[in-house]
Amino acid sequence: MTPDVTPSPAAILTPDTDQPVVSFENVSIAFDGKTVLQDISFEVHQAETRIILGPAGGGKSVLMKLANGLLKPDTGTIKVFGEDVTSMRERDLFALRARIGMVFQESALFDSLSVEDNVAYRLHEDGVSIEESHDRVVEALHFVELDHAITKYPSELSGGMRRRVSIARAIITKPDLILYDSPTGGLDPITSTTIVELIVKQRDVSHTTSLLITHRLQDAFTLAMSHFNQATGKMERLANEGIDDSTRFLVLNEGKVIFDGSTLELVRSPDPWIKDYLS
Amino acid sequence: MSFVSPEVFAKQKIAALQDYSVLAGRSISNLFSRPIYWADIYTQMDSIGVGSLPIVILTGFFTGCVLALQSATALEAFGAKSKTGSLVALSMVKELGPVLTGLMVSGRNASGMASELGSMKVTEQIDAMRALGTDPIRKLVTPRVLATVFVLFFLTIISDAVGIAGGALVGVSLIGLNASSYLHSSYNGLVIGDIAQGLTKPLFSGFIIATVGCYFGLKTTGGTQGVGRATTQAVVVSSVLIIVVDFLVSRLMIGIFGS
Ligand SMILES: Nc1ncnc2c1ncn2[C@@H]1O[C@H](COP(=O)(O)OP(=O)(O)O)[C@@H](O)[C@H]1O
Ligand SMILES: [Mg+2]
Repeated sequence: MTPDVTPSPAAILTPDTDQPVVSFENVSIAFDGKTVLQDISFEVHQAETRIILGPAGGGKSVLMKLANGLLKPDTGTIKVFGEDVTSMRERDLFALRARIGMVFQESALFDSLSVEDNVAYRLHEDGVSIEESHDRVVEALHFVELDHAITKYPSELSGGMRRRVSIARAIITKPDLILYDSPTGGLDPITSTTIVELIVKQRDVSHTTSLLITHRLQDAFTLAMSHFNQATGKMERLANEGIDDSTRFLVLNEGKVIFDGSTLELVRSPDPWIKDYLS
Repeated sequence: MSFVSPEVFAKQKIAALQDYSVLAGRSISNLFSRPIYWADIYTQMDSIGVGSLPIVILTGFFTGCVLALQSATALEAFGAKSKTGSLVALSMVKELGPVLTGLMVSGRNASGMASELGSMKVTEQIDAMRALGTDPIRKLVTPRVLATVFVLFFLTIISDAVGIAGGALVGVSLIGLNASSYLHSSYNGLVIGDIAQGLTKPLFSGFIIATVGCYFGLKTTGGTQGVGRATTQAVVVSSVLIIVVDFLVSRLMIGIFGS
C-alpha cells in the first residue's frame, strides 16, 4: 500500500504565510569587474509593499531585474514564490513571470503596437479571445484613468500617460507580484501624485505584493502614509499621522543594504548616512 | 576606444562568436516548437521583400547592362562577340545576381534589423518582452531569419532575370547583336549546376543578413549612440560574410557539379 501523501484541502487553500514571496540571500553581481550589488539579503512577504530607496546608480534597477530573472547574479540565491530563479532555465522562467507584472523605468512600451495591443500583449500571447481581451483592456485602462487613449500609439502619449499604460499592461493579468521601477521618475510632481495614487489603489484594493523603486522620498512617504478610500475613489492621508503597516523600506547605497525595516524604524534610524539622506 | 591585451581581445571575440552561434542555432530550432509567430513572419516578408524590390531591380538591371557592354568589348578581341549573352547570363546567375542582391538587402535590412532591435534593447523593450513571458529570439529573430531566407531567394531570381534582360537590351540596341540569338546563347550557356549554385547562395546570404543584423541589434548597449554603432557593424560584418561565404559555396558547388 502506498501511503496517502495527498495534502489535506486546508493545506492547499491556506497560503503558506511564512514563506516569503521574494527572498534574496547573499546576492552579488558585478558588470565588467565593477561590483554593483554586494551580499544583498532581504525578504518580501505576502501583501507587503517594499519601497527601495537609494541614490541613482546604486543598483536598484539591477536588483529588480534579478528578482524577475532578467539578470542572473554572480553568487547567491533568489527565490520568488519559493522557486529558485537563479538556477531556472529561461523557458521555465516564462511560466513564473506569468505571475509577475513589471513596470519599467522608461515604461518600455512597444513602439510598434497601439495602446490596446500593448496592454493586451500578454492576453494575445495566451490566446485569449479578441472580445474578452478587449473588455479586459478597457477595464485596465479605466483603472489607470486612460479610457480615451486606447487607439493611440505610444509616441503620441506624454510621459505620465506612458507610465499609466505600462501599469495597465502589468496589472491586466492580476499578477501576484508587481515590480515598479521608478514609476514616478522624470515626471512632474502633479503627474507623480496621480501615479502614486494608482499604486496605492492597487495596493489597497488588490493587496498585491509589490516592490517599488523610487528616488523621490516624497512619493515614498505619501505611499506609506496614505490609503485608498474606495467609497470616495480617492487617496487620503491616514488619520492621526497613521502609517500603512504593509509598506516597508529597503535602502541601498553603493551596492549594499544599509536599511531594512518599517517606516517608523526608517525615520528613527540613528544611522548618520540615512539621516542625511532623509533630510 | 580602449585598448586591451591580445589575450582579452581574443577571449572577447570567441565569446562573441559563441553568442552568435547560440543565437543562430536557436533562431532555427525555434521553428520546430510552438508558438511560431506567423503574423510576424508575413510582416517581415512584406517589409523585406516588397521593400527591397526597387533597389534589387535597379541594381540587377544596370549590372546586366554594364556587363553586356564590357564583355562585348572584351569578347570582340577574340571574335566571340556573339557569346556576350552567354557570358552575361552566367555571370548574373552564378555570381552577380546572388552577391549584389545579398549586399543590397544587407545594406537595407541588416541595418534595419540592427537599428530596430537595438532601439528596442536600449529602451528596455526586449526586457519588457521577456518580462511578459515571450522569448525575444522566437518573436523577433526567427521570423526575420525565415522571411529573409525565403524572400532573398526570390529577389535573387528577379535580379538574375532583369540582369539578363538589361544585358539583352544593351546587346541589341547598343552593340547590335541579334535579339533571338542573344537570348538563345544566354539560355544555352546555363546548365543545371550554374542555377543550383546561384540559388544556393541566397539561402546562406539571407541567413547571414538576418542573424548578423539581429545579433548586433540584441547586443546593443550604450543608448542611441550604441544603436548607430550596432547598425554599422551589422552591415559591415554581414557584407563581408556574404562575400566570404559566396567564395566557399562556389568552391563547394564546383566540387559537386564540376563547373
Ligand atoms: N546590463 C548592464 N551591463 C553593464 N552595467 C550595468 C548593466 N545594468 C546596470 N549596469 C550598471 O549597474 C549600475 C547600477 O545601475 P542601476 O541598477 O540602473 O541603478 P539605479 O539604482 O539608478 O536603478 C550602474 O553603474 C550601471 O551602469
Ligand atoms: Mg534605475
